[in-house]
Amino acid sequence: MKILVFVKQVPDTTDVKLDPKTGNLNREGVQSIMNPLDCNAVEAALRLKEKHGGTVVAISMGPPQADDVLKKALAMGCDESVLLSDRAFGGADTLATGYVLSKAAEKIGDYDLLLFGRHASDGETAQTGPIVAAFLGIPQITLAESLEIEDGWAVAKRSTEDGTETVHAKLPALVTVCGEINEPRYATPINIMRALKKPRQVLDCAGLGADPAKCGSPGSPSVTKHLFEPKHEHVDTVMFTGDADEAAKQFVDMLEAQHLI
Amino acid sequence: MTKNESKGIWVFAEQRSGKLDRTPLELLGKAQELKNTTGEEVTAVLLGSGISALADTLAAHGADKVIIAEHENLASYSARPYQKVLSELCEKYKPSTFIFGATALGRDLAPRVMCSLGTGLTADAVDLGFDDEGAFVQTTPAFGGSLLAHIAIPELRPQMVTVRAHVFDVPEADESKKAEIIRESVEIEADPDYKVVELVEKVNTGVSINDADVLVAGGRGIKSQADLDMLREFASLIGGELACSRPLVDEGWLDHSLQIGQSGTTVKPKFIINFGISGSVQYIVGMQKSEKIVTVNTYDRADLFEISHYGAVMDYSKLLPAVIAEIKRRKQ
Repeated sequence: MKILVFVKQVPDTTDVKLDPKTGNLNREGVQSIMNPLDCNAVEAALRLKEKHGGTVVAISMGPPQADDVLKKALAMGCDESVLLSDRAFGGADTLATGYVLSKAAEKIGDYDLLLFGRHASDGETAQTGPIVAAFLGIPQITLAESLEIEDGWAVAKRSTEDGTETVHAKLPALVTVCGEINEPRYATPINIMRALKKPRQVLDCAGLGADPAKCGSPGSPSVTKHLFEPKHEHVDTVMFTGDADEAAKQFVDMLEAQHLI
Repeated sequence: MTKNESKGIWVFAEQRSGKLDRTPLELLGKAQELKNTTGEEVTAVLLGSGISALADTLAAHGADKVIIAEHENLASYSARPYQKVLSELCEKYKPSTFIFGATALGRDLAPRVMCSLGTGLTADAVDLGFDDEGAFVQTTPAFGGSLLAHIAIPELRPQMVTVRAHVFDVPEADESKKAEIIRESVEIEADPDYKVVELVEKVNTGVSINDADVLVAGGRGIKSQADLDMLREFASLIGGELACSRPLVDEGWLDHSLQIGQSGTTVKPKFIINFGISGSVQYIVGMQKSEKIVTVNTYDRADLFEISHYGAVMDYSKLLPAVIAEIKRRKQ
């Protein structure tokens, strides 16, 4: 079985700030990491490989330093890595990203299963997986909380507004995973050493046979016009003060005034 | 599709098991607001089998037109047949805007339709509107709600977007409103490669937190599971439901269905009382539209005080027993 697992490098924080002068993201002092849910996708790939055999190829699109997350994927146990890196890929929205990733899947070929984290912690679109499945014309299972392979079908549980579904999708298929699916393993020193000897490939736009007009900014229908910090209307707060009994009386007066009791 | 050839605001009228939930109705209300600026008609697009009676509900909530595509192979959702039918309808009618609910189904389907049409799709928007230049922009959270982005799709059409549930109100139903019904006959094959083999339905325990008028929420500051019973008792005294921020779910004390916030549920009750919650951006994103906010926290600079109408800088485990006793005394 050949599993392709797609990983993204993201800033290691969910509390980012904007540079007040430029309005751009302030990346100073912020480390880059593998998107947390992509760690779950790598773990899911490795567990399936341990059970069914095969190879796991980790793929990332990004600048040369995105190779760090591929090194991590290899150190966790993936067999090969492919970095998709080209200036032409810069400024991509989800459509242009999905296009490049689908070209990579076609180039590598013979895949049985494509795995993604359900969303990346930066943009949180959860779109790239389904877009890649659409480009490749294969079925998808989003939001997987469990994943097995049975007789050539991916079998997963997924939570929706109505409850928990058990879904079967015939391979080749694409699956996006939630954090509930597993606990990602740590890279061991021996695997970190081994990772250095594993096959690693870098592909650019020409190497992928991709159409530059469909990549990066030129291939992106949507644009981010403005990035800003949420503003809250400041409210004058009426404070309950005194000791617990005094504050409780004021509290209950307020509840009465609001007709809650 | 290009700007000049496209016209009309479409809302995907998601139905599951023959029922509409409130999300498509919320979207119709917002679409009517957008219509006030663009003058475009609002069309609900309904896919399924034996579901045409739902068109009346869609009309009553603001659909000027309803496109109905019925086929037995559309009875239950699977991505590829729905993708094909919606893409073909878009190519035929050329809408300028296409809005989906950011539900499990909507977020599974919309990216595939977008890919077929080669246009843009904004994910999980929390607002829709027009910027200073008159461009249609979608407001969407990034980095767990720490930042918001205005996204636009300037040239290509339709401008697609998934919108988070419960950020807009359901418009009042007007049963006298009638929509023009357009029946599309579709030929579509079932997807042989995708099957939902089982659905274990959610067990409904009480009112869901996004329908409750009054919420009593606990967070990281709650010291023990036993203290949650105190919050529950307080909630029942004021006719409220228990909710929480993420740490109590991570702790395994409460179910994810009770979690308010970016990775939980967006709520806007009439009244919310927060105990031991300092107010992460992710939490505030999920409850800032509540009408009245009360915060009890030992930390006087907790961010939640910024948006709170009432507050107490106090240990909830001292204040709450006194409040409960006081309510009982007055109720006697």
